[in-house]
Amino acid sequence: MSVAIQFDPIRLPPEAEALRAEVRQFLKEEITAGTFDPNGGSRDNPEFSRKVGERGWIGITWPKEYGGQGRSFLERYVINEEFLVARAPTRKHFTADRQSGPVLIKYASEAIKQDILPRIIRGEVSFCIGMSEPDSGSDLFAAKTKAERTDGGWLINGRKLWTSRAHEADYMIGLFRTSAPTHDNRRHGLSQFLVDMKTPGITCRPVLHPNGNYEFNEVTFDDALLPLDNLLGEADMAWKQATSELAYERSGSERFLETIQVLMELVDVIGENPDVREAEGLGRLVAQLHTLRRMSISVAGMLHAGKEPVLEASVVKDLGTVWEQALPSVARDLAAFVDSDPGNRIRFEEVLARNITIAPKLTIQGGTTEILRGIVARGLGLR
Amino acid sequence: MDEAESLVRDAATRIFQDLGDPQTLNNAADDAWRAPLWSALEEAGLTTAWVSDELGGAGAGIGSGFAVLRVAGEFAVPLPLAETLLAGWLLEQGGIVMPGGAMTVAPTRRADKISLVDGKLSGTVRAVSFATKVDHIAVLADDHVALVSAADCLCRDGLNLAGEPLNSVDLSGVTPLQIATLQNGVDAKALNMMGAAARAMQMAGALQTVLEIAVQYAEERVAFGRPIGKFQAVQQNLARLGEEAAAAIAIANSTAHSIETLESWADDGVYLDVASAKIRVGEAAGQGSAIGHQTFGAIGFTKEHILHRFVQRLWSWRDDFDNEAVWAAELGRRVAAKGGEGLWHGLTAA
Repeated sequence: MSVAIQFDPIRLPPEAEALRAEVRQFLKEEITAGTFDPNGGSRDNPEFSRKVGERGWIGITWPKEYGGQGRSFLERYVINEEFLVARAPTRKHFTADRQSGPVLIKYASEAIKQDILPRIIRGEVSFCIGMSEPDSGSDLFAAKTKAERTDGGWLINGRKLWTSRAHEADYMIGLFRTSAPTHDNRRHGLSQFLVDMKTPGITCRPVLHPNGNYEFNEVTFDDALLPLDNLLGEADMAWKQATSELAYERSGSERFLETIQVLMELVDVIGENPDVREAEGLGRLVAQLHTLRRMSISVAGMLHAGKEPVLEASVVKDLGTVWEQALPSVARDLAAFVDSDPGNRIRFEEVLARNITIAPKLTIQGGTTEILRGIVARGLGLR
Repeated sequence: MDEAESLVRDAATRIFQDLGDPQTLNNAADDAWRAPLWSALEEAGLTTAWVSDELGGAGAGIGSGFAVLRVAGEFAVPLPLAETLLAGWLLEQGGIVMPGGAMTVAPTRRADKISLVDGKLSGTVRAVSFATKVDHIAVLADDHVALVSAADCLCRDGLNLAGEPLNSVDLSGVTPLQIATLQNGVDAKALNMMGAAARAMQMAGALQTVLEIAVQYAEERVAFGRPIGKFQAVQQNLARLGEEAAAAIAIANSTAHSIETLESWADDGVYLDVASAKIRVGEAAGQGSAIGHQTFGAIGFTKEHILHRFVQRLWSWRDDFDNEAVWAAELGRRVAAKGGEGLWHGLTAA
């Protein structure tokens, strides 16, 4: 076989399903207790993150020496999807749990690991990712923000842009230029750093979404001095370090469940006796979603087995984000002729409106459609 | 894939490479390839993978049978292999011994029903593949399985989009050679699911080949001074084809696994896998075929090129054992009956 795209039929193991029951019970209790409202309120909820931390559900796969539980990636998968579907306010710990913590485990000094990992696990600190810049978005390796080595540490100067939640984050994992690209490798010369966002010389400026939401920032570094110890991994070699991180970032259920509430509300608004058009439309959506979930779990199984399924992860993210992006408009069509009671209808319309307005970003963040298809084309041997 | 499955896969691949190569078959002036290919498949036990040793089969198991079907799809095999496997599987559910030779199975549409009255069959079924080319038909009638001689039935001539027999079969008044009560909870629904899963696996295999030959062509064909695979527009198309093939392979594999390990045909999770496979692979077949043709341009739209062998079968197989729309409407009704929260519970329980 010349084309090696692999999706083995992986099923979540019994311990993961047992955990699912616990997670559902926890979410039910927290909703009842008023800790969060699935239909509204802020996605940032420090109290919720602290409670999740108490359960041991942040950094659940991390080594025990740092407060983790050394449990399987498939168990984390279950927690993640249940939180997403319940619209649990995970913002404070989400990024740290998914990718920043794993980067620290792999590349940070022992002192940093001892200091920060237990605090992530308790749900006390949040991370942002400093990659894009004014002249470097999809083309990550064009990043210009500089890190200069001085006697006292690394001196950072430049600007990051589109940095989600930088204004709320305690730390950033930033990608900075430590030397020029080489003639035969334009990816050379970038390094990853741990940045304490309270470092003097760092300022965040809001860049609002079209609906007024504050998520993006422009982060300016003006002679911000980082300790020498904050270089993560090898200088100039970030391009090598980022590969496995991407497989984690791109294959998770957040790449197809972002607008799932629309589908659940659609089912309720359509009611128990759909006409054939509604039923067929609904059936197709469910078949597509079920297929995506099977694919995503298959990738989780490969990650669990220690493989680096970068191609497969890109396939999941492209299919998943295109699907979740289209979902609100498909649902809008399917519900067009529904005569349901006004209460149901109003709720559906609210959920629909929220998701239609966020949909465009889904195929941009974390790797655009075009970039992902480029990766798939490379995997097919075309580049 | 376990060891037995990969052995079966390798055996099937060798036979198709030697005796069923798509280009060779495409160039063939007559049907001389047919008998040696079928004999080789029979001798290797691949036509009876789903029948136990006791009933005259190879006893290779459900997973191995699906592995054979995937390879058959990869080669667009123009023989009633899937049909014989399915017929054998159905006969097995009644404990009927395999008669040998090529078979097909009926009904293939959920709306078609055959009944058994006083030892004789009654009713007509549509869209039975290869009915005019096989010796026997395994028929599900009420809660029985009946082995019927194809010569005893009134088969109306018809062809699918790939030019293979696709017949209406009038079974009224036919006395079966054997009749047995169905066991293991197998009913008309189960047969429809098994057939849909088989077609999904064949389609996944065919899509994989369409992807492979399209990628290879894009690497070789030069236009504007470069291989066309160097153009981003072509790369993006082929990436989409790769994604559709990947989705098809993933859900078809998952479905085969569900059927292999099922405890009951009434299990909602098995149903969700089968329905999703028939719907999603059918969609992938449509989109993937279109991209395949777009990549090959004019040469792909000729009889001499092998692309049509895959595309025409993908188009046809979409319709067998009910098409995407029929499955989607049924799945949609089931989901609607359980409400929004029930939807998520159903997905995670599968």
